[in-house]
Amino acid sequence: MNRRNFVSLLSQLLVFLPFGGTFGAFLKSADKSLTAEAVTGQRYAMGIQISECIGCGRCVVACKTENNVPRKPFFFRTWVERYIIKKDDEVIVQSKDGGVGAFTETVKEKDILRSFFVPKLCNHCDNPPCAQVCPVGATFQTVEGIVLVDENRCIGCSYCIQACPYGARYMHPEKHTADKCTLCYHRIKKGMLPACVEVCPMQARVFGDLNSGASPLARLKRMKNISVLKPGLNTKPKVFYTDLDGEVR
Amino acid sequence: MSIELVDKLTELLKQVTGFIYPNEIQIHWTLLIVVYPYITGLVAGAFILASLVKVFNVKEVQPTYRLAMLTALAFLIVAPLPLLLHLGHPERSYEIFLTPNLSSAMAMFGFVYAWYLMLVLLLEIWFEYRKDMVLWGKTEKFPMNWFYKILSLFSTDISEKAVAFDKKAVKAITIVGIPSAFILHGYVGFIFGSVKANPWWSSVLIPIVFLFSAIVSGIAIVLLLYMIITTSRGKQIDMKCLDRVASFLLYAVIVDFSLEVLDFIHRLYESEESITIITTMVLNKLSISLIVMQILLGMLLPLGILIIVKIFRFNQELRKLLYFVSAIMIQIGIFSTRWNVVIGGQMFSKSFRGLLTYKMEIFGLEGLLMAVFLLILPFLILTVLLKVLPPWGKNNETNTT
Repeated sequence: MNRRNFVSLLSQLLVFLPFGGTFGAFLKSADKSLTAEAVTGQRYAMGIQISECIGCGRCVVACKTENNVPRKPFFFRTWVERYIIKKDDEVIVQSKDGGVGAFTETVKEKDILRSFFVPKLCNHCDNPPCAQVCPVGATFQTVEGIVLVDENRCIGCSYCIQACPYGARYMHPEKHTADKCTLCYHRIKKGMLPACVEVCPMQARVFGDLNSGASPLARLKRMKNISVLKPGLNTKPKVFYTDLDGEVR
Repeated sequence: MSIELVDKLTELLKQVTGFIYPNEIQIHWTLLIVVYPYITGLVAGAFILASLVKVFNVKEVQPTYRLAMLTALAFLIVAPLPLLLHLGHPERSYEIFLTPNLSSAMAMFGFVYAWYLMLVLLLEIWFEYRKDMVLWGKTEKFPMNWFYKILSLFSTDISEKAVAFDKKAVKAITIVGIPSAFILHGYVGFIFGSVKANPWWSSVLIPIVFLFSAIVSGIAIVLLLYMIITTSRGKQIDMKCLDRVASFLLYAVIVDFSLEVLDFIHRLYESEESITIITTMVLNKLSISLIVMQILLGMLLPLGILIIVKIFRFNQELRKLLYFVSAIMIQIGIFSTRWNVVIGGQMFSKSFRGLLTYKMEIFGLEGLLMAVFLLILPFLILTVLLKVLPPWGKNNETNTT
């Protein structure tokens, strides 16, 4: 091999090594047989009835226990916010300890116009900005439309955390990878309910399959006025709220 | 969860004003991610200055050409380090190259970086220095002669025809290099500008502002280095060259300033949902770093100085002093720009209802000392590069180009 051939081979290697990975990723993305309906026919989602939530925070505790989320007061896969809209239009939002334990009163009753609790979690968007920006595809959508993080693949760059408009993600302090709600994927695959849904004393949280007309969630969507968070960002969330107040962001 | 982290976050929680989503308490892109766009900006800017000589035939700037190329290389070598150090799992970083997610702007890093390093900078520097390296391979003593022979990939041909080809190659690479430099830094801007969840970042102007601030900082750093290195070698500073570089610096500052003003006015005039929290943040959290450091000291002051120098015919010594001062102010200003974009974008809640605080660490992988080290490292690399590939030739021979 003369010098010219050697340099040429070297430069080809430099170009084609990364290109191989790209080509593989391209092939994978083109494989339409892996779409949700084609495989399982299920599209899991959650409904939240704001008027039912009493802010007890049991869902937050259940989630932390079930999923080994770092204990309070930081890092949440789900949390509860309390909104107080005062008569002078001032809006006070709180989520001390993510809603674990009682919300302490800070506003006199006579000053309150309306008040309500909003449980929050990952919206499992159909158009998820987190999965779009993940440089290595560690954040991905399952065939059932659930957004998951592969902790063995995540490089811990935090780009997904920046891209999530809902603050649903955090950097796991021990694993050093991004972490968030999985809709209790390990439970629902066995036919169980997500932990937060299971423990809610008011049945404010409704879990179900959007493709099944008989599921409680499909029924909720038929019977109630439904909104999602930040619809203007076109993330197409799959956490559906009933009676959502305009002040909630 | 470690006790230190709990203590740290508890401390930060006390400083939150208004409401933030509970997970937002931790700022994820810290000082190192401020350093990263600052460094790549210097690379792109220094290369643009170098391209003035080769593509646009600005002959006066010739004395800075090789210096600018080596500066760009020195900074480009360091550029991936802050990114690598900030990762939760740096040992998995190779996945970006092997199995990139095509829809991710960040995944393009590997390609943009490899392209720029291999096909633009190294190749152009190699062609530019090839004749010199061949000569040094013959004249230097062992083992340096072998070192140059290896560097020149054992080429020996320094006939007129071969050297003419080198020159052509350099020009061709520079022509490819200009859009590449734009991509290198425009892409860094795009990483921020494409985050629709964050109104402080989400703007089509961000990549363009990044680009022009990069050109400003790159020209200024080469101007500084040229003045310092020439003086320390006991040589005369070429005032024609210096005046011309300063002129380009002025033009770049004007464009950069106009873009930033446009961005500012646009945000205020559109007055979207986020404007209240952003205004509060700028006035409370970024008042020093944005209003004082970035705008007053880093932009208006050097702009004023450069304009005054253009209008009044000061003597050489005063001009040198003023150029030097404004170039330093510009570095401070551009670093503050990066700070305000990166840190500022994480200081307000995406609920637009509250502000949080960034507490800089001193020690540790993402601390102040590491950032200072990463900012000094390119200058050490540059010192080595200048020893190995002196832009001014060896043994006082004249510059060969």
